[in-house]
Amino acid sequence: MPTSPYEFLDLVVIGAGPGGLAGAVTAADLGKRCVLLDGGHSTGGQYYRHPAPGLGAARPDRLHHGWSVYTGLAERLAEHERAGRVEFRGGHHVWALERTDEGFTVHATRGPDAGDRVAVRARAVLLATGAYERQLPFPGWTLPGVVTAGGAQAMLKSGLVLPGQRIVVAGSGPLLLAAASSLVTAGARVPAVVEATGYLAYARRPHVVAAVPAKLVEGAGHGTALLRHRVRPRLRSAVVEAHGTDRVTGVTVARLDADWRPKPGTERRIDCDAIAVGHGLLPQIDLATELGADTLAGPDGAVALAVDAGMRTSVPGLWSAGETNGVGGADLAIAEGELAAHDLAGAEPKRSLRRRRARLRAFADLMAAAHRPGPGWTGWLRPDTDVCRCEEVPVAKVREAVEELGAGDPRTVKLLTRAGMGWCQGRMCGPAVACLSAGSGSAASESGAGVGAAGPDRRPFGCPVPLSQLAAGEPDA
Amino acid sequence: MVGAGVVGAACAYYAARAGLAVAVVDRGPVSGGTTGAGEGNLLVSDKEPGPELDLALLSTRLWRDLAEQLGPEAEYEPKGGLVVAATEAGQDALRTFAAEQGHAGVTAEEVPGERLRELEPHLAPGLAGGFHYPQDAQVQPALAAAHLLREARRLGAVLITGEAVTSVERGPDGAVRGVRTAHRELLAPAVVNAAGTWGGELAALAGVHLPVLPRRGFVLVTEPLPRIVRHKVYAADYVADVASGSAALQTSAVVEGTPGGPVLIGASRERVGFDRTMSQEVLRRLAGQAAALFPVLEDVTVMRFYRGFRPYLPDHLPAIGEDPRVPGLYHACGHEGAGIGLAPATGLLISEQLAGKRPELDLAPFRPDRFREAA
Repeated sequence: MPTSPYEFLDLVVIGAGPGGLAGAVTAADLGKRCVLLDGGHSTGGQYYRHPAPGLGAARPDRLHHGWSVYTGLAERLAEHERAGRVEFRGGHHVWALERTDEGFTVHATRGPDAGDRVAVRARAVLLATGAYERQLPFPGWTLPGVVTAGGAQAMLKSGLVLPGQRIVVAGSGPLLLAAASSLVTAGARVPAVVEATGYLAYARRPHVVAAVPAKLVEGAGHGTALLRHRVRPRLRSAVVEAHGTDRVTGVTVARLDADWRPKPGTERRIDCDAIAVGHGLLPQIDLATELGADTLAGPDGAVALAVDAGMRTSVPGLWSAGETNGVGGADLAIAEGELAAHDLAGAEPKRSLRRRRARLRAFADLMAAAHRPGPGWTGWLRPDTDVCRCEEVPVAKVREAVEELGAGDPRTVKLLTRAGMGWCQGRMCGPAVACLSAGSGSAASESGAGVGAAGPDRRPFGCPVPLSQLAAGEPDA
Repeated sequence: MVGAGVVGAACAYYAARAGLAVAVVDRGPVSGGTTGAGEGNLLVSDKEPGPELDLALLSTRLWRDLAEQLGPEAEYEPKGGLVVAATEAGQDALRTFAAEQGHAGVTAEEVPGERLRELEPHLAPGLAGGFHYPQDAQVQPALAAAHLLREARRLGAVLITGEAVTSVERGPDGAVRGVRTAHRELLAPAVVNAAGTWGGELAALAGVHLPVLPRRGFVLVTEPLPRIVRHKVYAADYVADVASGSAALQTSAVVEGTPGGPVLIGASRERVGFDRTMSQEVLRRLAGQAAALFPVLEDVTVMRFYRGFRPYLPDHLPAIGEDPRVPGLYHACGHEGAGIGLAPATGLLISEQLAGKRPELDLAPFRPDRFREAA
């Protein structure tokens, strides 16, 4: 396949995780020429993350659920690459999609220091950019030793290292059990898994759970591993403070009421040298929202792209698969990648594929609803707790903007406090700022959830861009 | 006051200070329109002698007082402007312009090419020269508006956000009686149109023609940097671009540092309606022109950009004052790219008119009925 910047393709797939991989190989099965772009240097994304080469990991599959599914997709990709139908290009960070008369120009930086600028042109784009972690701040969350649950897993999968020896796992969502089970299997001690909800929502809709038996097996697998190591989840509880000066030395855990408000008098201290915290994932949809794609708020309050049955977004020529349509895991992403490929190739998918996607999506929605943060979580914040760690904006500053300066939405809070203007561009503090900006009496606070106003974060660039590359213009211009 | 941007905020502040009972209503949040997308320029340097410069000079004085009143939170910085010319011919043009401005009360000091780097150590070598304007200053516009509104509220003003004005109520004699939103009626003998780029829509609700049009601009925001740009620095062609009426894309480098660390890079002007689509061409030109002025910027990272729509009137002057066509309707909009700078003067003049005093500047050039409706 030619690799000059002048080529014109049927499809660019952005993100080589499960959804993007499945989309690319299925599109190639159906005769489409495509390029698969990813920021990483191998396919697999966050879910099928590889050990760094050189570590000599003999059995990466032991850290992964469904490794054989991945190797199957990777083999199909390799076959299509040999035949010149697909090309995987790693190390590409896409910063913008531009609509053109023929379709799209995908703008990316490339290379170890983001040294080159690349533009790839195609008739259609499949967005499979996955998700990032939702974080809810608590006093002490900026101490060394506090990592995200996903970050702990990523460290394990790519570097085979542990964030500590005695690790408290806390937050909410299925990722907690998966993370805890990986950590104990890798030799860490996990003195507590602290889950904010009671898992009751699952029991209320047993038919949705029963429709996806694989999820039960997966859950049971984590549960068994944890039982073997005598780790029992502490339900309806949260880490309300991390202690330590140079590093985490312990946490305070408190029981929560149904709205996630900490119950006074229930605090208990647990010693640890690391904390892995996760509150689920948020769709990474900046590239699409910049083009004005329609969005909707999922059952967990997270804003995702609105797609039709063929995974088509409201932007002509733009499809989306996996977490960008609402977080639901690898199996769902694969089903959606396959559906998107069929739709954009004008091919009719098997009815079983549609049914499978519907079942998995229903389970994802149930899961999202079960772990939706309650409005009372802000009860564990203190005025001096940093909400935005990049710009060091404390809770008191955000509250002042809302109560004294008339800000009632995240954008205005950002303008008035700089929360969200730093390196992460609000990916870390976004949910917390959204929640704190929904001051009393505003429309957003009436939704009753601890997730703030519904509405997409807007980030004009998908990632930072070297100024010299902007100045250089398009490579073949 | 319809509009909670910087102009509405300044009108509310001065009117409340004059003892009037004031409500500010906006369909969005505080600073949600063009104010939140501005750089916060308080400039005299880019204005030729005339009514706009008079407004700017009055505002320069008022901003100094306001900075003391509002405290450090508004991030007022009297940092001065530096206009640079690449060629001798450009420098000659700047000299002529500065001399005319001098008669109107503007202070401008010529800086020969070899001394430019004393003011801005990172400027590109080889520039012909420039002019230093010590009266130029900057505020963080969203904060400035929010703090003006906070002061206005302390003086008794009421702030209502998230409610669009759906009609302007008029009595049998045609005079304004107030406005209506989906949730309430606000009765008042005076309504001030401070709706910025959307001022034409509000004027239409009151039954009058005011041709405010959007003129789009982009600003690039770099990663946080140490203070490598000290003044507001721009290239000589910026003045021509500001004064131009062309619909076509114009870009000229405007570079400045901020207390928060990021460097802001403008300025582009184009008339494309309210189209928000990112333009690769605009990004290319802004980045290229900034790097030409400050080569050190070539190695920095751009974190984001923002875009806004300047409220543009065909003769580049704002509409300020009572509308002779509708008694009780006042306009305070159409400031194009100078709204942050001109806000205090606008607010003061409006409040003087509202209180029945003679405004301290002649409002005739800003008459809102000066535009003929297209047939």
